[in-house]
Amino acid sequence: MNSLLWLIPAIPGLGAAVNGLFGRHLGKRASAAIACGSVAASFLLALGFFFTRFLAEGGASARVEQSLFEWIPSMGVEWAYRLDSLSMVMTLVVTGIGLLIHIYSVGYMSHDGGFSRFFAYLNLFTFFMLNLVLGANMLLLFIGWEGVGLCSYLLIGFWFERPAAAQAGKKAFIVNRIGDAGFILAVFLTFVTFGTLDFYGVMGEIASADMQGGVLTAIGVLLFVGAAGKSAQIPLYVWLPDAMEGPTPVSALIHAATMVTAGVYMVARSGVLFSHAPAALALVATVGALTAIFAATIALFQTDIKKVLAYSTVSQLGYMFLGAGVGAFAAAIFHLMTHAFFKACLFLGSGSVIHAMEHAEHASGGHRHYTEMQDMRNMGGLLRHMPRTGWTFIVATIAIAGIPPLAGFFSKDEILWKTFEHGHFVLWGIAAAAAVMTAFYMSRQVIMTFLGDFRGGAAMEKHLHESAPSMTVPLVILAAGSVVAGFVGVPSALGGSYRLHTFLEPAIYAGGQAPPAMPHNYALEYALMALSVALAAAGIWFAWRRYRNAPTRDASLAGSGAYRLLLNKYYVDEIYDATAVNGTLRGGEGLYRLDQRVVDGAVNGSARVTMLSADLSDLSDRNVVDRAVNLVAEILGAASTRFRRLQSGLFQSYALLMLLAVVLLAGALVLWS
Amino acid sequence: MFENNPFDFPILSLVVFFPAAAALALLFLVKKTDLNRIRWFANVAAFIGFLLSLPLWFGFDATGPQFQFGERYEWIPSIGVEYNIAIDGISLLLILMTTLLGFIAILSSWSSVTERAKQYYVFLLFLQTGMLGVFVALDFFLFYVFWEVMLVPMYFLIGVWGGPRKLYAAIKFFLYTLVGSVLMLLGILALYFAHHAATGDYTFDVLRLMETSYASGLQFWVFLAFFVGFAIKVPMFPFHTWLPDAHVEAPTAGSVILAGVLLKMGTYGFVRFSLPLLPDASREAVWWVATLAIIGIIYGALVALVQKDWKSLVAYSSVSHLGFVMLGIFALNPLGLEGGVLQMINHGLSTGGLFLLVGIMYEQRHTREIAAYGGIAKVVPKYAALFLIIALASMGLPMLNGFIGEFLILQGIFQVDWVYAAFAVSGIVLGAAYLLWLYQRLMFGKLDREENRSLKDLTRRESATLVPIVVLCIFIGVYPKPFLDTLKVPVQAIVERLQPESGGMADAALEEGVLLPAGETLEPESGAAAISSDD
Repeated sequence: MNSLLWLIPAIPGLGAAVNGLFGRHLGKRASAAIACGSVAASFLLALGFFFTRFLAEGGASARVEQSLFEWIPSMGVEWAYRLDSLSMVMTLVVTGIGLLIHIYSVGYMSHDGGFSRFFAYLNLFTFFMLNLVLGANMLLLFIGWEGVGLCSYLLIGFWFERPAAAQAGKKAFIVNRIGDAGFILAVFLTFVTFGTLDFYGVMGEIASADMQGGVLTAIGVLLFVGAAGKSAQIPLYVWLPDAMEGPTPVSALIHAATMVTAGVYMVARSGVLFSHAPAALALVATVGALTAIFAATIALFQTDIKKVLAYSTVSQLGYMFLGAGVGAFAAAIFHLMTHAFFKACLFLGSGSVIHAMEHAEHASGGHRHYTEMQDMRNMGGLLRHMPRTGWTFIVATIAIAGIPPLAGFFSKDEILWKTFEHGHFVLWGIAAAAAVMTAFYMSRQVIMTFLGDFRGGAAMEKHLHESAPSMTVPLVILAAGSVVAGFVGVPSALGGSYRLHTFLEPAIYAGGQAPPAMPHNYALEYALMALSVALAAAGIWFAWRRYRNAPTRDASLAGSGAYRLLLNKYYVDEIYDATAVNGTLRGGEGLYRLDQRVVDGAVNGSARVTMLSADLSDLSDRNVVDRAVNLVAEILGAASTRFRRLQSGLFQSYALLMLLAVVLLAGALVLWS
Repeated sequence: MFENNPFDFPILSLVVFFPAAAALALLFLVKKTDLNRIRWFANVAAFIGFLLSLPLWFGFDATGPQFQFGERYEWIPSIGVEYNIAIDGISLLLILMTTLLGFIAILSSWSSVTERAKQYYVFLLFLQTGMLGVFVALDFFLFYVFWEVMLVPMYFLIGVWGGPRKLYAAIKFFLYTLVGSVLMLLGILALYFAHHAATGDYTFDVLRLMETSYASGLQFWVFLAFFVGFAIKVPMFPFHTWLPDAHVEAPTAGSVILAGVLLKMGTYGFVRFSLPLLPDASREAVWWVATLAIIGIIYGALVALVQKDWKSLVAYSSVSHLGFVMLGIFALNPLGLEGGVLQMINHGLSTGGLFLLVGIMYEQRHTREIAAYGGIAKVVPKYAALFLIIALASMGLPMLNGFIGEFLILQGIFQVDWVYAAFAVSGIVLGAAYLLWLYQRLMFGKLDREENRSLKDLTRRESATLVPIVVLCIFIGVYPKPFLDTLKVPVQAIVERLQPESGGMADAALEEGVLLPAGETLEPESGAAAISSDD
């Protein structure tokens, strides 16, 4: 079975190739079958590995490795895959949730002209994402890393006739590339330091030599620059909200459940390195916590249904980095997994809503801009029309808000607890405040979208209806996951045994040792747990009171400076445009002027001078050459005997010039023949 | 006669001179009014030229002696000039790229060149011989002859079949390169005499010239002379301004050849001559050459970003890309050199491809202004797809060729000093910026111009010019091993030459440069033996 490992990424890759090359001739049904079938095959294979290799006794330390070929021989880098417990969890998330989103997309994209192109991209994404999580070395991870960035670019800009979509795709790619530059520098430094890029090799060396800080800090910080790009952390988060221009299944798959979590995965994968670089770890935790609250505040007053979820994702990713940053890598992966369920459910739910809105608008003869159809101020009361979408959305909201016993409660609470337990009280305070906001903005979204009365007009309301089963069935499955996924990581305080954590540790601390567990302080843990539930409940209650009877009352805040600041996302995009983007373009223009006037000016000027000197006789021209040769000869300290030979050498150069002239003449003759 | 030649047949001479012979045949046997016959003749000849070069790839022994398929005859014995040709892995890859791009360039001209077609194809075929000669010559005199000969057809290609400012561009190209080659000639002669002073032999044989170690003062001046000659050709900042003019004015095939092959002659010159002949001067030049290379990378990219002319954007992107190549070469370590040489091939493929793509649109719309397009992905989806892949290859996306080259280059220079690498990676970000912005402005958005609605997607002939490039881009990106294996012996031979003679002088950068994974140590025997037999 080990030799089948390569098939997990390869099958979706093949699907992408088939749909990309022949999709237009295949028809929608075949395209969809190939795309969904290939991901299903990968998912089944992953399950096969999971049940046969990882579920058995001691399976947590199981490793399946396969090297396909020597890739860059001069660096000893191979194209090699490795499945351990960490990549097993990631593979299941990517293929499992990926499969649901593929199926959902069949319904969502059914009327789109670029149907097969869409599935080719989606399969290509799955291929790269699986390379990312299964790559045994940093370079193969980087292949996946940049590859998913490419697919993100293609899928954000999928509706490329919309200028905003094309713009957003480019922005995502370039901002990600800034992060990638950090990542690749980390790769260089790793290779120079360790002579290998294999994760286990590097981590084993760090652990056995018990290295501390120094170069590890540098590598850790550079890796985190990469992670901040891919996983949308401060200051590189700006691309993710814009990425919502892509079709909604894309937002669910790439910009919520899988790709954006790659940074978290990468940090966990380098757990040993980060554990030995406390300064880098502190940076990760701090940026994570700040991002969590920063994005949460922006999400408070957004009106676009997807933008709320986008900022929510940024915020939740901040939680994951906070967890990783306080050394709780397993907790970060735990939250990554539960988040994949409820955020995918929320995004797909929003897609179902947008689909219904656009359909109703179309059926009622309206032609409002697509952004109007995503504006929650035009929604309301949709629960009545689309109960399955509505209820699954509500379940996922409760999960993300952190109400027990849903999945988000366990994972988020563990991050909060670990932060507190490790003595980061300020970061804990920030994260707790962000938790209130999360509950608030999510409840606001539910109220504005699904409760109350429909605000989009009676003509439209008649045409509202629930989406097709291919869309609602994935919603139901994801909602069920949002309920139960947390039970794999029940803390010991609640009678559980952190099953997921014990499962992940052999991979996260591969080659090293997990830090010793802290002594239990159940009383404190219970108190904080109760507090965080109370905070979540408070957030929901605030939202309920504020919006239950007046869903669009934020309009009255228009005069408030703070409100406008949040609504306009702190004007960060505007600031970046004015500084970095404009600065680069101005720099380019300045250099171009310099190029034409100074650099080329010098060339043209010297040409003019040369033409003047060309007016002198041929003889003097030769004297110049002659003198130059003599000058060189003198510098050499050439002996006088050599001067005789010099004459003959010079003769050769004359001969060459003559040859050149002959060839030129011949060319001229050819031309005018 | 033959040296290390498994075929016992002057295959290299055949590869080099076949295009010239075909050009003569075309000149005398085909009537100039018979356009179809001319085109067929040239295409078939170029294709045969490509096929003839394939046995070199299959017959080449990547683990054997450095130089293979050697041929050597006396030419001007009184001054020690020989007809001495042979190839190593570096020249092998460049030759294959030249024959392939040569054929593609000719194929791309089918419908775009109908005026004076016969002369056009004659020049293209002659050019082919000149370029191939440069890559095979191991006699400095012979090299110089090929180097100069190749200028002439290029001059006419730009000057006759070029755009509105063709004369300015052609003369600028010609003079600029000529200035460089005069200096180069001085350098060659200086070595020639210095070698004689040391050994009593007059020879232009590059391998024999390498047997002498030259005084560091001499090395410095000769390095400088070579540098100007080669750097103009590359082109390195600040010698690059002939390039945008030449590219913008040249016909498509001219641009493809110019970017794909001609620019590589400069970088090839550094690898083949400057480094092994002048090792001390090369080591001392690392800091300023690397600095110029990095300026070129960033400068070229920033200027490319603001171009309004599609072709001139691609031209400036070449300045940036060739900066990477130079940076890799002057890492002076195996990874940097491997990456630098591989990136020569990669740039030939991807930038050659980009120029083909510009040409295809120019032929239909007669404008290269980026703003004249927009939203055309809708009407020309195949074109858009191939364009995207080639653009991604050019910006170094993983699983495409550019990534392997840039990665090795940057890893190599990082081993010298991380500061170089830190600056150079900004070129990767900017590369994505100018190419994706170009792509967005051409392909995406609303199709708002009437003229663009009737654009035709790729014809079969046009696909035939692009598909081989795309296939190679993917192949090298996924499985670069055969190419890197080919480079191993010559690269190690060069690195051996660059080691300081006395152990005490060991350069920290080089020490790090030879850092290799366990089990792979630098074995001098195979490669170095051919190049320095008197150690």
